Amino acid sequence: MSDRITNILLVGVGGQGILLASEILSETFKLAGFDVKKSEIHGMSQRGGSVVSHVRFGKRVNSPIIREGEADILFGFELLETYRYLPLVKLGGKVVANDLQIAPPSVLIGQESYPEGLAEKIRSLFPDFLLVDGLGLATAAGNPKTANTVLLGAVSTQLDIDEKYWMAALEKMVPTKALEANKKAFQLGRTL
Amino acid sequence: MKEILSGNEAVARGAFEAGVKVASAYPGTPSTEILENIIQYREIDASWAPNEKVALEVGIGAAFGGARALVAMKHVGVNVAADPLFTLSYTGVKGGLVLVTADDPELHSSQNEQDNRNYAKFVKVPMLEPSDSQECKEFTRLALEISEQFDTPVMLRTTTRISHSKSVVTLAEPVKGLAEPRLTRDPAKYVMLPGNARIRHHFVEERLQKLIEFGETLAINRMEIRDEAIGVITAGVSYQYVREVLPAASVLKLGMVYPLPKGLIRTFAAKVKKLYVVEELDPFIEELVRGLGIEVVGKEIIPICGELTPGILRKAFASVAGVVATHESPLQIDKLPGRPPNMCPGCPHRGVFYALNRQKAFVTGDIGCYTLGFMPPLSAMDTCICMGASIGNATGITKVLSPEERKKVVAVIGDSTFLHSGITALLDMAYNKAPATVLLLDNRITAMTGRQENPASGFTLMGEETFQVDFPQLIAALGIKHVRTIDPYDLEETMLVLKEEMEREEPSVIITQRACVLIKRDGVFERGTAHGVGIELCIGCKACLKLGCPAIVWQPAEGKKGRAYIDPLLCTGCGVCAQLCKFSAIGAKHE
Ligand SMILES: Cc1ncc(C[n+]2csc(CCOP(=O)(O)OP(=O)(O)O)c2C)c(N)n1
Repeated sequence: MSDRITNILLVGVGGQGILLASEILSETFKLAGFDVKKSEIHGMSQRGGSVVSHVRFGKRVNSPIIREGEADILFGFELLETYRYLPLVKLGGKVVANDLQIAPPSVLIGQESYPEGLAEKIRSLFPDFLLVDGLGLATAAGNPKTANTVLLGAVSTQLDIDEKYWMAALEKMVPTKALEANKKAFQLGRTL
Repeated sequence: MKEILSGNEAVARGAFEAGVKVASAYPGTPSTEILENIIQYREIDASWAPNEKVALEVGIGAAFGGARALVAMKHVGVNVAADPLFTLSYTGVKGGLVLVTADDPELHSSQNEQDNRNYAKFVKVPMLEPSDSQECKEFTRLALEISEQFDTPVMLRTTTRISHSKSVVTLAEPVKGLAEPRLTRDPAKYVMLPGNARIRHHFVEERLQKLIEFGETLAINRMEIRDEAIGVITAGVSYQYVREVLPAASVLKLGMVYPLPKGLIRTFAAKVKKLYVVEELDPFIEELVRGLGIEVVGKEIIPICGELTPGILRKAFASVAGVVATHESPLQIDKLPGRPPNMCPGCPHRGVFYALNRQKAFVTGDIGCYTLGFMPPLSAMDTCICMGASIGNATGITKVLSPEERKKVVAVIGDSTFLHSGITALLDMAYNKAPATVLLLDNRITAMTGRQENPASGFTLMGEETFQVDFPQLIAALGIKHVRTIDPYDLEETMLVLKEEMEREEPSVIITQRACVLIKRDGVFERGTAHGVGIELCIGCKACLKLGCPAIVWQPAEGKKGRAYIDPLLCTGCGVCAQLCKFSAIGAKHE
């Protein structure tokens, strides 16, 4: 095993299920035999604030947080938040984001407007940016609640981790009654 | 068995493995999940106390009874618990007692970023500081052992990045063979009258000397000798950043940050060419090292405010030692709208703050979800100091204002905060006749920290049913003659009652009663029918936007002047916005 550490940053809006997604990632890496650390700020996450979760894995991980400009993968659950955290991604890093816009408070009350053309701006900085219609794909596959798992599947293709570890992590972290739908959504994400 | 645990989960696990019998706490970020996780170990009697002082006193009782006890709180909670803590240092314990203080450098979720390592020195008790979840678990157990061995409470300090970070932990079996709790009378040790306490003070000083000795060979104070050009003394999460940014440097990792092992520090300092201390917040270790006459670099290059990050360390050391170059991301992005937290759709606090704003009240505020009433567009909070401060602040300010101006003063306090530290302040307000108005926002739960039970909830932490405190009766017993209970979803009533009570030249309390929308227990919060905006009726006046509800979205491109839209997935049907609409455009009937 090389000494290289892989850094994944998950960003989005409180209440979107970011913490669960980062738990599934961490569990996968642990099962694959890596040291894992993850860090996020709770507290305000229920109340619609901006949420960031750091996940790092490798042979041995020290810092639980990713240094500015060192994220290998940015996993965005919402467009504005994805764009906001681009400076934390290393040049040539991979950006995967959900094609979803959630208006922040100042936009809701008409004081500011939601920035336009974010996807194009992201693509101009990260040419192989992968924009995923999480909700649309999940709905088409039969369960709109599995949008995050479709995204997770898309992110998984960026990592050299055997599929069996992903499946084992899903089995451990997802409630039994939702497991089959989530496995299906994950496989769908892997084909993107 | 290996599990990925947060620092808080690992502390809970450590308490279980160490045979803790009693755990008591008051919630507070980032400490809250310790007790929330400890309840999975049914051997432990765990409860939420109404405040941190009571939590510590419960822990002290259990320890005096001979059992191991854990008490947890956020950093500012220790201020509340400080009174018993200082004297507990004198009495010592019987069963071990660990007090977890979860500090919050960077103020992710706090009103200040005090460095509670200073308490260890002030109180003269040992403090351990873990660097990851494995150490959280092990140090919890070690703290209890040291507590019993040296007859002292032991503090365990975590910070947000330790409490809320997850890492891999190896689990172990719980200890066996701890002594059975029983009563022991020992007044010379436990009754701190001056005559006894004078003697115990000598004990405290001797204990501290012995602990310094103990720290010299304690395994968690660890020298890691690598390149001798640079030596870094560090602890807690900073250790991880040092290892990442200066992998070649020699390190003295202190697991016990108070008292410090003087000999070990001298030995380490002698081995390395240049000595640094890397620590968050105060120059705590640095000053103690300087006190030994050792030359050291610390806060000259390491910021004193906020938390550290690997990036900050890299910058600090690039300019001084030239070991690594800074690496700044060259990416520039456009300025973006911020995304601060907001009250939830249907939050019962929202209408209250709208009313306060309309009445132009001067609001002495308090801490809870309702502190978000400070944010625009509600913008109705003028002070916020610490839990429970709103009522005393209102009393004080009414003393100095003219009779006309003081009518504007309204204290706002949540149910959990009132029970934490508002009761005595209200007693003072009543007894000393301060004519302010108090709004008690009773949402049945401690919402801010994630919906923990409090004595207004009717349930304990362990899920047992109990009574709900009777607020009108309690408040009447404190001597308040004017107590009115209203429904904050009824905007007209809220506005009217607020106006009347603000006019009143006597102390009064308005209880706004509505359950938090996030309470999961059946039947406490009932979701209404989602509302909608009648397209033909909305003229785009923006009156409903003054509530700042996340479910109401302004659509500038619609209609003549723009139009409001209600997201049916977010709307809980509270109906407050419908009452604001002069054109009857909002209602449950619309699609
Ligand atoms: C001394 C102290 N302990 C704990 C906290 C953490 N804390 C902030 S607000 C709060 C309670 C809020 O509950 P409540 O007053 O019922 O208001 P709500 O959030 O439910 O609206 C807590 C525990 C703190 N800031 N200070």
